[in-house]
Amino acid sequence: MDPRVLAAMTPYFTTIYGNPGGLYDAGREALYAVTQARTTIATIFGCNPGNIIFTGSGTESDNMAVFGIARQYAAKGKHLISLAIEHHAVLHPLEALEKEGFETTYVAVDETGRVSVESVMAALREDTTLVTIMYANNEIGTINPIGEIGNAITKWKKEHGRGPTEPPFLHTDACQAAGALEMNVDKLHVDLMTINGSKIYGPKGVGALFIRKGVSIKPIVMGGGQEFRKRAGTENVAYIVGLATAIANMQAEKDAENARLLELRDWFIKELHARMPKIVLNGHPTERLPNNINVSILDIEGEALILYLDEYGISMSTGSACTSESLDPSHVITGIGRPYEYAHSSMRFTLGKTTTREDLEYVLTVLVPTVAFLRQVSPVRIAMGDEKSVSMASAFVEDGLPHFVTKK
Amino acid sequence: MNEHTGQRWVYSPIVKDHFFHPRNLLLDEPTPEMEAQFDARGTVGSPACGDVMDIWIKVDKETERITDLKWKTFGCGSAIAATSMFSVMITEDGGLRVDDALKIKPQDIMVRLGGLPNRKIHCSVLADKAFRKAVNTYFHATEQHQRVQVEGKRVIDPATNTTDHDIEEAVLEGATTLEEVQKKLKVGVGASAEVRQQVEELIRFYAEKYYGN
Repeated sequence: MDPRVLAAMTPYFTTIYGNPGGLYDAGREALYAVTQARTTIATIFGCNPGNIIFTGSGTESDNMAVFGIARQYAAKGKHLISLAIEHHAVLHPLEALEKEGFETTYVAVDETGRVSVESVMAALREDTTLVTIMYANNEIGTINPIGEIGNAITKWKKEHGRGPTEPPFLHTDACQAAGALEMNVDKLHVDLMTINGSKIYGPKGVGALFIRKGVSIKPIVMGGGQEFRKRAGTENVAYIVGLATAIANMQAEKDAENARLLELRDWFIKELHARMPKIVLNGHPTERLPNNINVSILDIEGEALILYLDEYGISMSTGSACTSESLDPSHVITGIGRPYEYAHSSMRFTLGKTTTREDLEYVLTVLVPTVAFLRQVSPVRIAMGDEKSVSMASAFVEDGLPHFVTKK
Repeated sequence: MNEHTGQRWVYSPIVKDHFFHPRNLLLDEPTPEMEAQFDARGTVGSPACGDVMDIWIKVDKETERITDLKWKTFGCGSAIAATSMFSVMITEDGGLRVDDALKIKPQDIMVRLGGLPNRKIHCSVLADKAFRKAVNTYFHATEQHQRVQVEGKRVIDPATNTTDHDIEEAVLEGATTLEEVQKKLKVGVGASAEVRQQVEELIRFYAEKYYGN
């Protein structure tokens, strides 16, 4: 977490401890802090403070948007549109809604994980109430053309005689994008947008949802009348202040930081290819978050590499089945058409504010020999450019498919 | 503890040792010349599933001791460590006799490793399976067909070389549904309906035997 964020939060744990719902002095001060935080975020989003709802996480904001819109507008239609490579915070609510009788179209993405405006529009129907598409993917960093999609939906609504407060609505999960990309809701033409604290050097366990004026949702958390009767529960004042401080800092510094990270990112990707054979970049080469690097390092399994590098103080993550609770390989890596073999070998490096060129040089000096060693350990030799032939039934022993294929 | 992060390791110190210093590993690419020095090879798993074990064994024809075992593994940390430990257990003190080596169970490897996280058990299960496959190949090659599939074990799923004993062990470890057993053994995954049905019947049978009233 950014120390400036912690400093902004600290008074709300100690001296300004009131409940924003209270009429006493400490309560009024707390309420003022929440209002200020709301205004800060609203200014960045280019909306009214009244359109920002604070929640307990990005996951809750996503749940609220998906369940909230689908159920509120069920009388107008029960069709929803999304992507198969969305975050589970969107996918699992959609699956739950499918059991309630809703229908979801999962629009195909290209091999970089990007969705096209045309394919979204081709899926749009008269009874579609919600289109939910992530701004940038959390695993591979691919950035979607949200503004263009929003613009096309707005046009479609006009042509179909529908006002801005009538469905279909566009929701985007912008958790990964909040620190690095344009967040103006009018430029993006979004009706709902999710952010959270953990990806922007803010506190974990706090989120926000933008809901455009005139768009209503059915609440999923009920109780007191907090957050304009849309999300009950006593406001988490310190965390709300932290979230607002974090996004304000990130947005103010994003141009310089993006430029720095882009250079590091592209250099590192180039070096990975130059120093090791059989490296495949997952995601888009340019339409990509500045801090995201995701590659499949063929013939080795991701968890083993993570354990080795962890020993040298290097932290990263993998899309391998071995590390996930479910033992499933990444749905994102497989969702962009990569075979399972590539998912098990996928590695994500996330660059941070403190990451320097020297740090990345160090990573490379550890990574290159470790990969070479693990490839010696491994009996697997996957042919490059052979994406289509591996993972077919023939890749599995005697046509036996793995558990993560058959249980679906 | 990790000296850089101060974090506790998810695996035991023995697992860590074998992971960072694998024993009996075949570092070079297998060649016909190299393979000629061994009596049999056994491979199980698939890269798509995330685990592949490749084992070569050398058997002394007189004493039936396993005098050498080399391996390669595609898999997570515990898969590498378990295969390494298994290779030690087979070859230490002049090597186990074939019949004794076949008695080594996944639980025995786990004990020697100082335990593995529950969800990682399937990795070590694969090491002994690859070995069993190699031994069976050896039996066939030496015209000892009657010794293949020892002790009345029945192969239920040929794709993973899983026997009824493996399923019994999985149930003993606490798995009582097909899904739970598959997490441990990867058995019957994508197999024919017939195989899956057989697996499910066995799970019910052993679950009743050990946990029933």
